[in-house]
Amino acid sequence: MTLDEIKAKVKPFLFKYIKKPDLKDDEDFFASKLINSLFAMQLVMFIEKEFKIKVEDNDLQIKNFNSIDSISALVTGKLGTQGG
Amino acid sequence: MELTKEQEQAREAFKVFVNEHVAPHADAFDREQRIPEELIMLIAQTGYFGLIVPEQYGGKAGDMITYGLLCEEMGRGSASLLSLITVHGMVAQAILRWGSSAVKERWLRKLAAGEVIGAFALTEPNVGSDAKSVETIAVKKDGEFVLNGTKRWTSFGQRADLFLIIAQCEGKPTAFLLKKDTPGLSLEPIKDTFGFRAAMMAELTMNNCHITEDNLVGRIGFGVTHVATHALDYGRYTVGWGCVGLGRACLEASLSYTAQRVQFGTYLRKHQLIQHMITDMIVSVTAARLLCLNAGYLKDAGDPRTGMETSIAKYFASTMVVKAALDTVQIHGANGISNDYPVQRYLRDAKVMEIIEGSSQMQQIIIARYGYQEYL
Ligand SMILES: Cc1cc2nc3c(=O)[nH]c(=O)nc-3n(C[C@H](O)[C@H](O)[C@H](O)COP(=O)(O)OP(=O)(O)OC[C@H]3O[C@@H](n4cnc5c(N)ncnc54)[C@H](O)[C@@H]3O)c2cc1C
Repeated sequence: MTLDEIKAKVKPFLFKYIKKPDLKDDEDFFASKLINSLFAMQLVMFIEKEFKIKVEDNDLQIKNFNSIDSISALVTGKLGTQGG
Repeated sequence: MELTKEQEQAREAFKVFVNEHVAPHADAFDREQRIPEELIMLIAQTGYFGLIVPEQYGGKAGDMITYGLLCEEMGRGSASLLSLITVHGMVAQAILRWGSSAVKERWLRKLAAGEVIGAFALTEPNVGSDAKSVETIAVKKDGEFVLNGTKRWTSFGQRADLFLIIAQCEGKPTAFLLKKDTPGLSLEPIKDTFGFRAAMMAELTMNNCHITEDNLVGRIGFGVTHVATHALDYGRYTVGWGCVGLGRACLEASLSYTAQRVQFGTYLRKHQLIQHMITDMIVSVTAARLLCLNAGYLKDAGDPRTGMETSIAKYFASTMVVKAALDTVQIHGANGISNDYPVQRYLRDAKVMEIIEGSSQMQQIIIARYGYQEYL
């Protein structure tokens, strides 16, 4: 799966929760007040279900989840090692 | 929604277990403010603590609907006992989801077997709903963490062997495992509460408790967003189902009482105002069960919507069960407040359901916000 294909799947999910149509791919939304308390786990579940990969304890770093670019990079890396 | 044959069989087994070992004794548990050790051991032997733990850790790898059915039956028998299933399960689920492989190996088998009992320690004297603001501090020092602080209302804190503690580490909420025998940890039983009197709650004081680094669950800073949120989602799910069970207990008591008690020359069941209350109970218990089933199906499917649907189910189920319990006491008249009937316990326990695992107000805030995301 290409990075663009991954982003094309990540964006509709994020925009459901983050009401900011002009959110840039490298913009940090995690630090903002744009998300609710359930969102972090919803994001993990979305990533796992959509890309058939497992998010593990050592993936828990803000830089893996805080922007469209970072999520897509995490998924790309995992698809490489876990094979999707 | 139809249950599978296996789920039906499991449900029957849970029902028989609760009818024999829980429901007839639940008033005594409430009076004595404890769950007998023999019952905890029996639950362990029957495999209920490991119901949804994967087989590789000695569990039964059951599905979430079956787990819900267990919680429903436990809730019907004793809400205090249900809370043991809740908090123990929350610790197991937190480890399963975010523990390192070493932590999983160390604890999951023992938790699944009930050799180790887990408890969840988030709430503090000064911090409840605003979980991220916990005041317990963990300081990293020489390859260890040192914990200081106080946790309150820890269900089964009097009995647990292992605590999941949420503390601030480097200024960020973080989850740790703390063994009961850790030097510096002291436990004070909390007694004489309004409801959940047999939940063996405790206040925990941590005074320079040293734990090794491998007791971290998840990573520093992820204790609330990922670890507690995940554990609380499971907790909420069990509480939602427990409310369905408690609602059924209310309904069954009301049906039975109104079929025997005569006023104005006829059974209470013949009076239409009584029928109104019975109707509302049937409808609301049924609706709560459907919401819980929905949350359970989404959990089994790994669907991210399950968190919100669980919140909705818990909110509805806990609200409806308070009304059901109030009506049940009303239907019983003066007997409703007597120790000769369990219905006063149902009411006391029902009220607690609106406070634990995220109060009704917390659910309302989350659900309303979701409404704007989903429907706007
Ligand atoms: C029987 C029982 C067992 C428990 N077991 C455990 C356990 O095992 N582990 C554990 O960690 N905790 C446990 N708790 C604690 C429970 O989780 C807390 O009581 C709960 O989270 C609420 O926190 P609080 O009591 O500090 O109330 P507060 O957070 O102080 O809230 C007080 C009231 O204000 C409302 N409120 C707060 N903030 C807002 C807001 N922003 N808007 C509107 N209303 C608001 C709340 O809904 C509540 O009605 C238990 C509690 C009980 C009663």
